[in-house]
Amino acid sequence: MLATAKTLYRPSILPGFGLTLGFTLTYLSLIVLIPLAVLFLNAAGVGGAKVWSELASARTLAAFRVTFGIAFLAALINAVFGLVIAWVLVRYPFPGRRLVDSLIDLPFALPTAVAGITLATLYAGNGWIGQGLAPIGLKVAFTPLGILVALIFVSLPFVMRTVEPVLRNLDREVEEGAALLGANRWQIILHVILPPLLPATLTGFTLAFARALGEYGSVIFIAGNVPRVSEILPLLIVIKLEQFDYAGATVLAAMMLAVSFVLLLAINVLQTWTRRWQGG
Amino acid sequence: MADTVAERAELPIHLPLEEPRAVRVVLIAVALLFLVIFLILPLVAVFVEAFRGGIGAYFAAITEPEALSAIYLTLLIALISVPLTAAFGIAAAWSVTKFEFKGKSLLLTLIDLPFSVSPVIAGMVFVLLFGLQGIFGTWLSAHGIKIIFAVPGIILATLFIVLPFVAREVIPLMQQQGTTQEEAAVLLGANGWQTLWHVTLPNIKWALLYGVLLCNGRAIGEFGAVSVVSGHIAGLTNTMPLHVEVLYNDYAFAASFAVASVLSLMAVVTLVLKNVLEWRSGERTSGSSY
Repeated sequence: MLATAKTLYRPSILPGFGLTLGFTLTYLSLIVLIPLAVLFLNAAGVGGAKVWSELASARTLAAFRVTFGIAFLAALINAVFGLVIAWVLVRYPFPGRRLVDSLIDLPFALPTAVAGITLATLYAGNGWIGQGLAPIGLKVAFTPLGILVALIFVSLPFVMRTVEPVLRNLDREVEEGAALLGANRWQIILHVILPPLLPATLTGFTLAFARALGEYGSVIFIAGNVPRVSEILPLLIVIKLEQFDYAGATVLAAMMLAVSFVLLLAINVLQTWTRRWQGG
Repeated sequence: MADTVAERAELPIHLPLEEPRAVRVVLIAVALLFLVIFLILPLVAVFVEAFRGGIGAYFAAITEPEALSAIYLTLLIALISVPLTAAFGIAAAWSVTKFEFKGKSLLLTLIDLPFSVSPVIAGMVFVLLFGLQGIFGTWLSAHGIKIIFAVPGIILATLFIVLPFVAREVIPLMQQQGTTQEEAAVLLGANGWQTLWHVTLPNIKWALLYGVLLCNGRAIGEFGAVSVVSGHIAGLTNTMPLHVEVLYNDYAFAASFAVASVLSLMAVVTLVLKNVLEWRSGERTSGSSY
């Protein structure tokens, strides 16, 4: 009995273990774990035929394609620009750098509904940006492109914020060493600087992808929400809930949650990998 | 930048440690252009659209009864959810950083869970529990208790969404600070609460404030989760973001942007305070990419 107690919990002279862990577990269970478990229980209770008809319907499949495809694209675009922005902010001193640096987090602070109505207005045919794009035949608002714009906005800071600390901690003497050994700048960037940034970039990409997959508020205003064209999965879930099709909504939500869990696992693995490069 | 080996040693060689000037200018331009299009234009547009109908219409839009009740409800939700989340964050951080026990990394992963769950699902789980067709639906309606399409549901959904915000900021710092100061306090005769109040909290106050700030911003701005459980009852269950949506869908664009501008102002203040806190704590709070 004593042996198991020892391996489960190493004694400490500090008080409050039972109280704090008990409170943490109770609160976490009540707010998050039990509600999510109920969702999975409900999903398990849905009959096989209903699950199949739900998942194989053309509308659901289209929503899956739109949601995953555009979220992936948005995360990819942010991975490229996030790297460039992190690089510029860490390596090139230019006036206004502090201001730019603090603005990066705007998508985390701005409510998604505000982002949604603003982007829809900007990119509509008579909006500031939409006006410029109309002559070249590019329609953004109320098309799948609009979804892309909204998802780029909400997932913009992730890659930049995960890459930045790693880039800041890179030992410049390694670059000097490579240069003294005769490498040119391009070789140094490709073989010395980018490899240690890879885990952080992948972490940021996965975080951005996970965030973009579940996004709802900013997308619904700009998407147009045409079934099978510009309808995202979270919206389809909301529609099913509003029609009191709880079983249908549950099946879709359970699928999305399963994907979230896989991504969460990937993020954990990637973060462990990133930390090794941060030297923390 | 100038402090390279070659320059320190005053070697007469040129090491390729920086990109050519043209490349640097192009990269800065690309980065700035991307940020102007995706961040600065939207922020400016909110305020321009808000004042499109004039200052009178602006203040009328944010002081009409439904807007005021939305502001009141939003503040109430923040007032309830932020202290609870802060208490959870401190308790979780104390248990995780002051003790060694099995399953700790699983617990940390579970605390992060709400980050990767779609807000819509965060709201939906409470509909499945407390909605009319939910598990407790019949019992609740028999006893005349309303949770879904009422304020308690909105608070529950918000609590789900913001759960990790304070814990996320406090845990890395307390991990770094270790347990020696607390152990010294206990050995000198302090009890747990005294140790927490006089030793731990002063050490983590900036990270704690930072977490509270982020938590507050999200609690006020949350849309998806709240939208599912609210029912959009004007004057009763509309928070500010929901009020923005209702006005926008009614084609009351100027009024919608007026309320949105109040939320945007709050977001800007959050960003400014965040920078002040980073400056006060003397380091970048890097784990906070949420």
